[in-house]
Amino acid sequence: MPDMTRRRALTATAALAATAAVTALVAPVASAAGHDHDHPMPMPETFDEVYKGRRIQGRPTTAGTGGHHHEHGGGYEVLVDGVQLHVMRNADGSWISVVSHYAPVAGPRAAARAAVDELQGAPLLPFPTN
Amino acid sequence: MTVRKNQAALTADEKKRFVSAVLELKRNGRYDEFVRTHNEFIMSDTDTGERTGHRSPSFLPWHRRFLLDFEQALQSVDASVALPYWDWSADRTVRAALWAPDFLGGTGRGTDGRVMDGPFAGSTGNWPLTIRVDGRTFLRRSLGTAVRELPTRAEVESVLSIPTYDMAPYNSASDGFRNNLEGWRGVNLHNRVHVWVGGQMATGVSPNDPVFWLHHAYVDKLWAEWRRRHPGEGYVPAGGTPDVVDLNETMKPWNDVRPADLLDHTKYYTFDS
Repeated sequence: MPDMTRRRALTATAALAATAAVTALVAPVASAAGHDHDHPMPMPETFDEVYKGRRIQGRPTTAGTGGHHHEHGGGYEVLVDGVQLHVMRNADGSWISVVSHYAPVAGPRAAARAAVDELQGAPLLPFPTN
Repeated sequence: MTVRKNQAALTADEKKRFVSAVLELKRNGRYDEFVRTHNEFIMSDTDTGERTGHRSPSFLPWHRRFLLDFEQALQSVDASVALPYWDWSADRTVRAALWAPDFLGGTGRGTDGRVMDGPFAGSTGNWPLTIRVDGRTFLRRSLGTAVRELPTRAEVESVLSIPTYDMAPYNSASDGFRNNLEGWRGVNLHNRVHVWVGGQMATGVSPNDPVFWLHHAYVDKLWAEWRRRHPGEGYVPAGGTPDVVDLNETMKPWNDVRPADLLDHTKYYTFDS
């Protein structure tokens, strides 16, 4: 095993703080928001619009917010009708979301719109799923 | 020894046994733990942080072990069952026997993507989706709509010809065989198949669709083919790489298996060809 990095130490702390039940298949440890390695790319702008009748919002997050323990700390938050959509930025600057995970799009707004398209009116569930 | 067969060559009895074993794992709750595990890794594997199941060199050994776990669970129900693989470069239309009602069922209906036939249709009551990202509890597909074409044999060949297993930065920006097979770079093999199927297969909870296992069994077979073509090339990185699973480092969630233990599939199963 490699030396425990600062990030892993923080991660372990976050995991200890998490109250999520541990299932028989042990979950991967999630990172705390904002403690990923430096992003060379600037954070996308905030957005807030109604798309196909649903409100989509996006905003940068600061370290320590969110409190989710089964996902990486994205540093950017997307909401669909007020429910957080898990999004992720790829190394090349493209974005994906948990409902469109294998098809990168240009930015978080495009990911939010793709999610609305995919949902076909269905409510998004808060993550982690259970 | 388990022999993994091309799904197109399965007998009616083999299909029936596979489906029955999958349905039993669903009924007893074990199936959904696989879905949950996959989604947890999908959401936590990042290009700039720790990455294990995806967008990293361990994409292939991680899924090999994940499929072994699933196959062993199937065999605990019916010892005769092995995971079939779907060669999507050959069986590339919605008319493939894979999608017939006696196996996985077909595409979803236009209005809401709901799969209407086969053993996994919502209407059967046997396939409720509990690990999900939205409110819909029925299996959905939209074969060939989000992307029109599955990869061709020529595209598969072009990826198999790449001599290097993986390259720094060992993520979705990498050149090399692993990332071209995974699909974040180049002609896009594995990712594109997820998108082509659509429905839950396009999401982090993709194992909700049983075709997940057949897709990954073929991705796994392509890794085996690549190793035969490039016998001098091994898994990289070999050591000391932050956030990345090196050759002799154990992988989560098992913590007792290394990529080095999984390079030779013949310890666990063989293929029909």
